[in-house]
Amino acid sequence: MTKIKNLEQLSIQMRRDIVRMVHKVQSGHPGGSLGTVEFFASLFQEVMDYNPKHFTMDGNNEDLFFLSNGHISPVYYSILARSGYFPVEELNTFRLLNSRLQGHPTTHEGLPGIRIASGSLGQGLSVAIGAALAKKMNSDSHLVYTLSGDGELQEGQNWEAILYAAGNKVDNLIATIDYNHKQIDGDLDEVLPMGDLKAKFTAFGWDVIEVTKGNDIASVLEGLTQAKVKTGKGKPVCIIMHTQMGNGIDFMMGTHAWHGKAPSDEQLEAALAQNPETLNDY
Amino acid sequence: MKTYTYTEKKDTRSGFGDALTQLGKTNENVVALTADLTGSLKMGDFKKNHPERFFQMGIAEANMMGVAAGLTIGGKIPFTGTFANFSTARVYDQIRQAIAYSGKNVKICASHAGLTLGEDGATHQTLEDIGMMKMLPGMVVINPCDYNQTKAATLAIAEYKGPVYLRFGRPKIPVFTPANQKFEIGKAVTFQEGKDVTIVATGHMVWEALEAAKTLDKEGISAEVINIHTIKPLDVPAILKSVQKTGCIVTCEEHNKLGGLGESIARELATTSPTPQEFVAVNDTFGESGTPEQLMQKYNIKDTDIVIAVKEVLKRK
Repeated sequence: MTKIKNLEQLSIQMRRDIVRMVHKVQSGHPGGSLGTVEFFASLFQEVMDYNPKHFTMDGNNEDLFFLSNGHISPVYYSILARSGYFPVEELNTFRLLNSRLQGHPTTHEGLPGIRIASGSLGQGLSVAIGAALAKKMNSDSHLVYTLSGDGELQEGQNWEAILYAAGNKVDNLIATIDYNHKQIDGDLDEVLPMGDLKAKFTAFGWDVIEVTKGNDIASVLEGLTQAKVKTGKGKPVCIIMHTQMGNGIDFMMGTHAWHGKAPSDEQLEAALAQNPETLNDY
Repeated sequence: MKTYTYTEKKDTRSGFGDALTQLGKTNENVVALTADLTGSLKMGDFKKNHPERFFQMGIAEANMMGVAAGLTIGGKIPFTGTFANFSTARVYDQIRQAIAYSGKNVKICASHAGLTLGEDGATHQTLEDIGMMKMLPGMVVINPCDYNQTKAATLAIAEYKGPVYLRFGRPKIPVFTPANQKFEIGKAVTFQEGKDVTIVATGHMVWEALEAAKTLDKEGISAEVINIHTIKPLDVPAILKSVQKTGCIVTCEEHNKLGGLGESIARELATTSPTPQEFVAVNDTFGESGTPEQLMQKYNIKDTDIVIAVKEVLKRK
């Protein structure tokens, strides 16, 4: 129970990080960031094996993570900092000139923890497959994790990658889909219906796990644990993770309006009041 | 003047394929990917010798570029192989974000570039690829001139760390450079010394330039022929040195005149040493079906067109 309690405390702090970062520069993407806090906290604190103090681009003999929907950089930067990749104070530089914390994640400025640029959607899964293939060639038994948005699956490259990974038994890969049913222009089903995602992945030859409570630490941990068990059995593994965009801040929840919008001073205050400081603010 | 002759004609893509076979034996980090064009790219031997290092991606170029970027993260040196159009325009954003901006050590190897793939027509005849690729920060752009130079270039880029676009072609053309030559990325090669005009050429156009120089010599015009195999980074000192001597320049490429080698050179000359220049290149149009020879004639990129351009530029000296 302590484990879950600690991750919940971390999640609250990450929400504070996210809204403070976005508020300061009045730009960025809080909605999807807030919706995946519990996933990032669980993955980086409990599931992945990695070495944040000695970051190498090759990442040999450690688990790797690739963020495909790069616009949720606030949550990514928060967990990377809180996991020891770089000082938490650096979150203060989000989206500022000369910062390593670019609007969308990049290797270009040398931020530890980032191994690929993302932002132009639909590319992360392909990169992750390449890294997973390299691990197999290097006899490295560690796993490769990715997160993609649900709307992002409208990009055709994903389906090339999904087809390839199954056809070539890339079974050291766990791809999570942030299924919040929202995209910039509105509900997924209004913009371009995705149909039955689970059936689609299954039909393509993936092992699929559904996490119906993607903002509940225990459920996310259970899903990730199950997914790990399914690796190494000849199929890539997909987690369809149902989340709530804007989770943890009442006026941001259940709407796509906060996809890429920053809170005002008053809204920030309200958001922080709902998420009292647990670890130290940066 | 030096005379260039040849005993055989070979396709530059075979230079790539043979070098890849060699790299398979000498560099265990080299891996190869193709999007259903193993034979066209001459990657069959590599596939046969190293099936564990060969990735058949299917007809899915976007995924191929992303997977190649990912393979570098485990220390591999991926060589992607497909046609030039599908190596660039089709996957420009994948290359831009996952390879160029991310600084990945991917070698994008592109066959069937330009008009001379012939009968397949304009859908496959990219004349825009050099422009697109040279605009990407950090991308090295190489267009070798014959089988031997393509082979040497392929070996050289495996030793270079960073993204590279290697452009070559389909037709069998004269092999006139030495076997087992050393290839220096970014270093121009002077094939012919001359004093009246500088002819700079890349890719298949180098042989045309040498043929043009022969014709010009008979008419008493001394042409310096420089092979720019690396369009980016451009060997500016070599070009400046030559035009300081000759006072005019003709640039030759199997590419749209917009965005290619000629424009790169014009920009350099305009800022340091304004020089009369003529462009032998495709005049902002798409290609069409035909034999390579017919197409080069119709689109005015033959040796005879270089001769005409030289005479034009000499008038402006």
